[in-house]
Amino acid sequence: MIKTEALTKRYGALTAVDAVSFTAEPGEVLGFLGPNGAGKTTTMRMLAGFISATSGRASICGHDVDTDSLAARTCLGYLPEGAPAYGEMTVRDFLNFIADLRRLRGATRARVDSIIERLQLQGVLEQTIETLSKGFRRRVGLAQALMHDPPVLILDEPTDGLDPNQKHEVRSLINDMAGDKTVIISTHILEEVDAVCTRAIIIARGRIVADDTPQGLAARSRYHNAVSLSLVRPEQLAAAQAAVAALPLVAAVEVDTIDARLTALPRDGAPLLSALSQLAEAQGIALKELHLESGRLDEVFRTITA
Amino acid sequence: MTNVGIILRRELASYFATPLAYVFLLIFLVLANLFTFYLGGFFERGQADLNPFFSYHPWLFLFLIPAVSMRLWSDERRTGSIELLLTQPITLWQAVVGKFLAAWAFTVLALALTFPLWITVNFLGNPDNGAILAAYIGSALLAAGFLSIGSLASALTRNPVVAFIVGVAACFAFLVAGYPLVLDAFRSWAPQFLVDAVGSLGFLTHYEAISKGVIDLRDLIYFALLIAWFLLATAVVLDVRKSD
Repeated sequence: MIKTEALTKRYGALTAVDAVSFTAEPGEVLGFLGPNGAGKTTTMRMLAGFISATSGRASICGHDVDTDSLAARTCLGYLPEGAPAYGEMTVRDFLNFIADLRRLRGATRARVDSIIERLQLQGVLEQTIETLSKGFRRRVGLAQALMHDPPVLILDEPTDGLDPNQKHEVRSLINDMAGDKTVIISTHILEEVDAVCTRAIIIARGRIVADDTPQGLAARSRYHNAVSLSLVRPEQLAAAQAAVAALPLVAAVEVDTIDARLTALPRDGAPLLSALSQLAEAQGIALKELHLESGRLDEVFRTITA
Repeated sequence: MTNVGIILRRELASYFATPLAYVFLLIFLVLANLFTFYLGGFFERGQADLNPFFSYHPWLFLFLIPAVSMRLWSDERRTGSIELLLTQPITLWQAVVGKFLAAWAFTVLALALTFPLWITVNFLGNPDNGAILAAYIGSALLAAGFLSIGSLASALTRNPVVAFIVGVAACFAFLVAGYPLVLDAFRSWAPQFLVDAVGSLGFLTHYEAISKGVIDLRDLIYFALLIAWFLLATAVVLDVRKSD
């Protein structure tokens, strides 16, 4: 588990991380969200023991990252931002180097092979890391972080710069690996939060501005429970807009003339779906699609971090 | 295997992963022999010793050693691999010592490859092999001193070229500290004890004492303290600047 108490990092007058406190329990996959420069990487670096905090404390599996740094790092698998590695080494040499530092011997050494298989690195074992594609490099970084089967995983932007297939692959790997581990991943890709996280913390200007489940965050959106209607005949758009806006449960209507679509935002999250489908039938509005929105994370993200 | 050993082995292997190591060894051997035979007049002297070989080492090392040490830390910082290394369960001190020892092992290998000279001189006459061994030890210590300075220079910047230039300048300052050129500049105004202090700080007096075959404990302590101080400074600088 990971625990931080008023963790703070200042660079001169700039406060990069400002009194961040949270606890992450085993089994949780915590998404760390925030705009670039919000303090995600700085927080993760403090947790990994790479930089020390100006004030506040953090512990990993009960080991203080400052006073009991080696024990904390032993419990931790860490993928730094950009998955740095030694470019001139082959993948095999590099993983063996990390396995030596992690004291993997005998039976536990076999984990290196299983992780190689897991991440499908067999084909590039003899290649030097600098010749690998971004996706492979990221996988080498993940192999390095996972090989000692750590109870805590901290992954800084594990899918940054990957193509959609590779992203999917890395996400399902994280889902499979999570189990009873404590996992923190940072990202600014919001779909990722839905895909892998059980909880999301949004951080902006060094402070935690939201800490909730992905569903809970989506519910904060003004689009939560909104209904969008795509019309078959665009000429009905104006009439339909007037009719929908007249409903007492509807707070506002947004119109997309290009796609002939209306989005009705509910007043106080009231359910709109059945009312709207009845209305369409009564008014003779032909619908191509009727869609209930669960909320738009990107909109929540922008509102919170702006 | 200890962490220092693991880091040493990786670092040493990385020298040989690129042609750099071979180029360095070649240049070192060619220059060392050139200096010995042409500038040192190895044959003309008619003496069975290796003085012409060892007396040029400080000047050879002045440019070659900073070239070995320039990438020690600047590359780690430039590529970001320092974050990977220092978040493994190792201490900063183990990393600093491991990398330094790797660079030293490499230069000792370069020195060892000059063995044909030793064979030659034994073939031509009866040299004092004890003195030659002492001179080799002195040369290795001199290289270690330069490397520790280069290690600090490399920790100061992300740019290996800057690390090289700073390293050469700093090594030069320590090399000439014992020369009249420097001492005279101090002698005109400074008290005698300061002149002596500057003089004894220089590499040359200590190196020459050892290369004459006299291994004095004070010279060994001098090199040990100097190396320890510069490695400590490297660790302090890295601790402050590693994430820049």
